[in-house]
Formats: sequence, structure tokens, C-alpha cells
Amino acid sequence: MSSMKTSNDSLLKAALKDAFFSALLTLVLTSLILGVKIVDINTGLKLEPRFWLAGLAVALVFVGRFALHMFWWSRKPRQTAEKKPARSLFPKIPNFGKYAAPVLVFAAIALPFMPFSDRYIIDLFILILTYVMLGWGLNIVVGYAGLLDLGYVAFYAVGAYSFALLATYFDLTFWECLPLAGLLAATWGVILGFPVLRLRGDYLAIVTLAFGEIIRIVLLNWYSFTGGPDGISGIPRPSFFGLEFKRFGEGTFAQFFGLEFSSIHRIIFLYYVILTLALITAAVTIRLRNLPIGRAWEALREDQIACSSLGINTTTTKLTAFAMGAMFGGFAGSFFAARQGFISPESFTFIESAIILAIVVLGGMGSQIGIVIASVALIGGFEVFREFEQYRMLIFGGAMVVIMVWRPRGLITTRHPSVRLHPPDGPKAATARETAS
Amino acid sequence: MSSLIPEWENNPVLNVEHLTMKFGGLTAIDNLSFVAGRGDITALIGPNGAGKTTVFNCLTGFYKPTEGMVTLTQRGGESFLLERLEEHRICYKAKVARTFQNIRLFSNMTVLENLLVAQHNKLMLASYFTIGGIFGLPHFREAEKRAIEKAAYWLDKIGIIDRADTAAGDLPYGDQRRLEIARAMCTGPELLCLDEPAAGLNPRESHDLNQLLLNIRDEENISILLIEHDMSVVMGISDHIVVLDYGVKISDGTPEFIRNDPNVIAAYLGVEEDELEQESGS
Repeated sequence: MSSMKTSNDSLLKAALKDAFFSALLTLVLTSLILGVKIVDINTGLKLEPRFWLAGLAVALVFVGRFALHMFWWSRKPRQTAEKKPARSLFPKIPNFGKYAAPVLVFAAIALPFMPFSDRYIIDLFILILTYVMLGWGLNIVVGYAGLLDLGYVAFYAVGAYSFALLATYFDLTFWECLPLAGLLAATWGVILGFPVLRLRGDYLAIVTLAFGEIIRIVLLNWYSFTGGPDGISGIPRPSFFGLEFKRFGEGTFAQFFGLEFSSIHRIIFLYYVILTLALITAAVTIRLRNLPIGRAWEALREDQIACSSLGINTTTTKLTAFAMGAMFGGFAGSFFAARQGFISPESFTFIESAIILAIVVLGGMGSQIGIVIASVALIGGFEVFREFEQYRMLIFGGAMVVIMVWRPRGLITTRHPSVRLHPPDGPKAATARETAS
Repeated sequence: MSSLIPEWENNPVLNVEHLTMKFGGLTAIDNLSFVAGRGDITALIGPNGAGKTTVFNCLTGFYKPTEGMVTLTQRGGESFLLERLEEHRICYKAKVARTFQNIRLFSNMTVLENLLVAQHNKLMLASYFTIGGIFGLPHFREAEKRAIEKAAYWLDKIGIIDRADTAAGDLPYGDQRRLEIARAMCTGPELLCLDEPAAGLNPRESHDLNQLLLNIRDEENISILLIEHDMSVVMGISDHIVVLDYGVKISDGTPEFIRNDPNVIAAYLGVEEDELEQESGS
């Protein structure tokens, strides 16, 4: 009993001490920032004292810090000990990904026919799926190969401009341009890859960041070719096996299927196009991960020196990762151009790269489902909080800090082995089954 | 006359001639020549900082030697000049595999995946550079099955087959050491270079390691070159020992010879210069 008392006493002492110093620090910080205000009066500037505000901040910090010590942090060791084994977001459900994936795919297919789905919802999900696809593409580079790429938007831009330029200069359709856009983006991935082969971590991030800006600035300034800040308009819309989504004219979608013309048909069609593209991306990346090349990417992330000592050509392995990631970015880019009908360099700023990277990191590097959840949360969240306008970045900054503190390695951190020797429940269970049968 | 020529000179797997490595003004290895015989366990020993790991890094392409020639001769008679090959080709073409002083496993990947990464080039060819693999061609599935069998064979040998699907970083230290050797063996080498394989092992583990290395030499017929401080390992299993001190070879011979060589004793125990002269004179 007495030991309990002494521990409480020392806790109280430590809490008071810490709260006092925190309050002191707040006083130093706030005395000038909050405590006085510069007021513009006719004769010039005047300092208006507002000591109550600084005092309030100091009091808040003192009370808050004290309360945290007494009631929150003192419980912390027990809590972390309990939490630690549960590494997955959904620890209760084994193989969460196995069940979640088909459910999510089914929900995505059914979405346009749900009663609540209007144009706005479908449009929003087209945007979310675009980011899901970009996230999956970047995941190859960042999540698997471990190469921090801050200029991923460059490949998105290359894809978009490839389609827009090919369509306006050579009258090619969306479906003809799509593979070309992917190919061109992949080529640019390799072109970026070569100079940065020797770089890792921070240095690589800086160079990729610069690369993203170079592409944007070239697009902005090459006026005669790309139209500069005016962008490119009149990009043709994708057609459904040659049937166009127009109100009038021959061979339109509505006429062929004997439907009343409605502008939503085109939106639903675009939704399915991006859904298909995203699913292809997912299928290919999941497949690649289980192939030797995917394992080599992951091995490269883990230890590059060990990789080359095992005879893996790290140059080609890195370049393929860059090229594959860039290719999916290119596909997403040309879809973006087709959907918007108009593109300009303004759509490909650094913030886009940052959002895509945030999606990958937030979702848990290397996790496909995690990226879906993160995209819905981030992009959907941006829409939901649209009315807060300038505060929404603040909210998102805060939310991301909270999530990264809560789950430092992203939402979904379990890693599924690409190949197994024993069934998932372990070798003992397998031998037990064998002896039983 | 022939009895004077050591056995390993007759059929060398590795021939190092006049190897010199300089870092700026520092000469880490100075005009080193030695031979590793085929089917032998050759040990490279010496006090700390003698340049042993530098020799390894020169052999496996992590450093380009300043001077010298390193020839690897395969069983089929084909030979490679290692100092001219890129590091990944030294493993892939010349078939020299290595482990590291500080373990370099892919710690977030499973044990089995580690061993499959070691068979990357073979699997890559079998998957027709991924294209065939994407479509799941039977040819590739067959190759992957064989690769998993090979991995299982080695896991069985080092006794951690039950833990094949755990992350390599979660294994105990001794198992990680042996897994790294198994991983190097999965590349199908002619020469296995081990950088302090017994570092940090307890006497029992170190005994098991001896058995494993003897097994690799006798049953798999692989030549081994190892750096080691643990004298029970070195003296117990090596056929041939090369001693380095300050980048210079000070002795070269059988364990029996090395044990009694005054130069080696001096280098290890720090005998005074005049005492050494006395000893060699007597």
C-alpha cells in the first residue's frame, strides 16, 4: 500500500514539474505571439496587449500536460504491451485481404447501379480509382523496390500528354493511344532510372523531385508543342467499341442499344474503364510480386549488396521497377486526359506526387488493400471536407500525423509471403493432418 | 621434387597473383599471392585489420583491385578473371558465392524467399524474363518447383525446415548465420567464400558449423575459402591456411605448419623483434 502511495507521490511530483516547465515554455513562446497584437492606427502601428490570451494558453498547457501525465501516460506501458501483438489493422479476422478483396471488387462493380449513386458519387469514385491505380503503380517503386520517388506525377503527366498530343496531332483514338502512353511513360521511367541508379534514400528523392518539376516546366514552356499554360483542349473521349457517347449523329451508344440518351452513360462507362485499368494493374502487380522479378525487387529493398552478391543484376532490377511503375502511371495519365477532355501543366504539380506517396505510405508500403483504404480516406475525405476550404489541409495534416503515430508503418502492415513451403497454419499442423488421415 | 610442391598447387580453383589494393595512401593488401585448391577448405587468417575482408571484397567484385590478377578455374576447365567481372557476374558466371561478416539476409522476407532470391537468375531464365511467368507457363512452374525443392534440401540440411515461412530476421542468430551459408549455396557455386562464419556462435553452434562446412566440402564437392578468428574452426577443418598481417602474407601452409610457424606466433602474440630473430635462428 505504502509503495503505491510513494509511486503516486513521485508521479504527482514529476507531473507537476513537467507541467510547470511546459507552461514556462508556452509563456516564452506565446508572450509575443499571442500576448501582444499589432494594431494599425492612423498614426502608425501600435501594440495592443492581450495578456489574457497568452495566460489562457499557458493555463491550458499546464492543465493539459498535468492531466496527460496523471491519467493518460501513466497507463501507457500496459496499453502498448496489450496492443503489440496485434500488428494488423484487423487482427480478429484472419486473412483479411483474402476476403476483403473479392468483396471490394464486387462492391466496385455494383456501385453505379446502387440507388444512391448519382453523377457526383460516380465521378468521385472515378477520381478515387485513378488514385488507387496511381498508388498501386507507385507501390511497385516505393513499396516493393524501396526507391523513394517524389516525382511520380511526371509519369502521370507523360501519359496524359502522350495521349493528348497523339490524339490532336495524329487523330489517334483513346484505345490506340493507351498502350503507346504506357510505353512512353515506361521509357521515361528508364530515362529517369539511369542517372539515379547509384542513388538511394534522400538523394534519390531529391533527384526524382527535380525530375517531376523538369517535366512540368518543359510542358509549361514548350508553347509551340504543348500549348504551355493554355493546355490542350478537345481531347477525344473514349468510345465503347467504336460507339460514341453523343446525343446526336450516327453510331452512338444510346442509339445502338436503343436507349434514351443520357449523359450518365458516359460517366458510368468511364467508371468501368478506370475500374478495369485498376484491376489489371492490381492483377499484374500481384502476379509480378510472386515471380522472381518481384522477389528481386523486395530483396533490393532489403539489401542491395546482398543482392549483387547473389548474382542479381541490380541495374536492370531497378530499371524494371521504375519502368513498370511509370507504365501504370502513364495509363492512369491517359485516362485522366480522356476523362477531363482538357489538360494543362497545372494538374501535374508536386502536390499530386505528394498525395500519391501519402496514399502509399498511409496504406502501408507494399499492401494493395491498404492503398485502396488510404485512397478512399484521402481523396474521399478531401471531397467530404470541401466546405471547410482552407482548413481541410490543416485537418488532413493533423489526421495524417495521428495515423502515423498510431500506426507508424501504415494501415496494413502484414506481409504475405510470395511463396510458402508449409501451409499457413504451420508445419506442425500439416504433419498432424497427415498422421490423422 | 614433386613432394615439395603443395597439393593445392596441382588443381587450383582460385589463383590470386600479386594482388594489391590501395585506398589513397593506405596499402590494405600488398602484393598478395596464394592458391586455393579445388575441394579444399582454405582459411585466410590474421589479426584484426590484416586486410582479410578486403581480399574477399576484391575477389567478389566489391572492390576493384589496384593491381594483380585473380583467376577462378571451374571444374569444366573454363576460367574467369574475377577482377574484370562486375560483382553480380562473379556470382552468376564465375560461380563464386559469399557471405558477410555482418549478416546480410533479407530480413523482412521469409527464409524460403531468401533461398529463392538466390536462385534468381535460373528462375528468371525459366520465366522467359517474366513474360512467361506472368502467364504461368508450365515450364516456369516446373522450374519454380525445382527451386523450392533445392531450398527445402538446404533448409533440411541446416535444420530449420520447420521455420521456412518465418521472416529471416526473426530467426535466432546462429540460424541466421547458417541460413546465409545455405543461401550462398543455393546459387550453385564452385567456390564458397565465408567471412567469419563462426563469429558470435557458441561452442555447440560452432561445432555444428564445422560439420556443415565439412559436409559441403565432402558431399557437395564445393571448395571453401573462409576468414575466421575462431581457431577451433580454423585448425579443426582447414586443409590449407594463409596468414595475413598488415596486408602482407606472412605464412602459407598446412594447419600443422602454421601452428608452429614463428612468424604467425609473433603476429598473433606480439613477440618482440629480437626474440623472433632468436627463435628463427635456433
